Amino acid sequence: MVTIGHYLVLSSVLFAIGAGGVLLRRNGIATLLGIELMLNAANVAFVAFAKQHGNLEGQVVVFFVMAVAAAEVAVGLALLVAIFRRLQSIDVDRLSAMRW
Amino acid sequence: MNAQVSVLLPELLLAGMGIFILLVGVLGRGSQRLAFFLANFGVLASMVAVVGVGERGTETFFAGMLQLDRFALFFRLLFLASALLVVWLSRPFLQRAQQTAWEYYALILFATLGMCFLASGVHLAGLYVSLELMALSSYILAGYFRGEVKSHEAATKYFVLGALSSGILIYGLSLMYGATGSLSLAEVSQKLAAGPRSVAATAGMFLLLAGMLFKVAAVPFHVWTPDVYEGAPTPMTAFFSVGPKAAAFAMLVRVLWVGLAPAAADWRLLVSWVAAATMVWGNVAALTQDNVKRMLAYSSIAHAGYTLLGVLAGGPLGTQSVLFYMLVYAVTNLGAFGLVVLLAAKEYAGEKVADFRGLAHRQPVAAFAMLLFLLSLGGIPPTAGFMGKLYLFAAAVHAGYAWLAVVGVIMSAVSLYYYFRIVKEMYLASAGEGEGVAVLSEAWGVRALVVCALATLLFGVYPTSALAFLAPAAKIVPW
Repeated sequence: MVTIGHYLVLSSVLFAIGAGGVLLRRNGIATLLGIELMLNAANVAFVAFAKQHGNLEGQVVVFFVMAVAAAEVAVGLALLVAIFRRLQSIDVDRLSAMRW
Repeated sequence: MNAQVSVLLPELLLAGMGIFILLVGVLGRGSQRLAFFLANFGVLASMVAVVGVGERGTETFFAGMLQLDRFALFFRLLFLASALLVVWLSRPFLQRAQQTAWEYYALILFATLGMCFLASGVHLAGLYVSLELMALSSYILAGYFRGEVKSHEAATKYFVLGALSSGILIYGLSLMYGATGSLSLAEVSQKLAAGPRSVAATAGMFLLLAGMLFKVAAVPFHVWTPDVYEGAPTPMTAFFSVGPKAAAFAMLVRVLWVGLAPAAADWRLLVSWVAAATMVWGNVAALTQDNVKRMLAYSSIAHAGYTLLGVLAGGPLGTQSVLFYMLVYAVTNLGAFGLVVLLAAKEYAGEKVADFRGLAHRQPVAAFAMLLFLLSLGGIPPTAGFMGKLYLFAAAVHAGYAWLAVVGVIMSAVSLYYYFRIVKEMYLASAGEGEGVAVLSEAWGVRALVVCALATLLFGVYPTSALAFLAPAAKIVPW
């Protein structure tokens, strides 16, 4: 029997992997992947909760989140292309002109 | 249904004009002057429409998504006015930097559109999408200097940390939805008040809070601010420090005091420590900055800390003080950054404290305007900043946060040190070479500065004009 708990464990694991990816990976593409994982972790939780509550609000939000995720990736990739043209690298650590 | 669509007129005008500007830009006809005119027209028409639609009390529109009360009315006017001033300030920058103006103005309109929905949204799903619209437009605008690595760096840091925070926020929303079965602020509040709080609700609440505190740049979620403010084109820095920050505060007040009010005891404890840390660190870190934009970035962090006092205090008094402070802070900060824009000779010049050396001897009017804005930021009467802080600290004391008001007052005194470093350079240093400082030549930029300066004085001498308007807005919070 798959319960709401299983879905929540899956979603929290996905969220942790995504957040870890954003914080630890230096590759710009990997950062984008991490962000996508975080958003989709929320999607899994939304759908599972929508099923549990028996209302559709959560499922509708998933569509919003998917649209936002697509827009976010578009902006992120455009930024990475601009950086790559400039530095010949997508290592986000190379962007360190400003320090306190 | 028709009546419902018509209340969206201001937002439709903004979106329509943004798209129209993009189309005209793609067709490649028309000058920068036309883009400037269209952007002005869009914002002004939207302002007229906001006033025309007016306030609709506690009625909600679009299946409980929007509520057009005085709170929304005030914030939308504030966002549109600051967008207008930023458009004026951008003209010299766009001409000097030889950047295309079309996408730039369109993105400002789209970001403003997101902010307007943040001010009127009462449903967490709608608030999330509006927040993203504002944020995504801002990321692109931060990287608008395509030839400058610093601008790319600002955009990338803004994007990565912004996306991280919005991921945290949406995950918090999913847990909140799981705990309450709804994302409407009113229903969330009812469910939270009804029974003992589940673990999911508590976790969701704190994740949501972390996401919002990131957007207002509160310590410890502030690390992006100095880099983004320093690297972004200066008119955009002015915009980020006013528009998105005020929009985030609008969302924060609405979510905390309408949606999460039953759990106030818990988040108040966290927010009070965040406010203290923000005031202390923002001001202390600003002390050693040599770059004016970076200094003003830390100063804007500190000001977010002061404003959090009003959010914490809540109630009609606290909410009113937050709204008033956002107004005061907007005109003051736009003025201060506006001067940096106008004084800069080219891309990143005119930004060092040393660049202000002897300014009073060469350009007394500009130096006096900067003095006025710095006094207001420092909270010295008779400027608006003094009245704003007075109301914030009074609200905090009234709500039992006297210790935070004391921290705020001490930190305001500390802040005078770095504000007066610029004043000292301007007035006391001899009229040296003062590299990179051009003349005040751009008419629209000067007009924006005059508006800011007059407003700074008006709200300092006669604050009741704004406060009378804001008193009903503060009643959004059901008590």
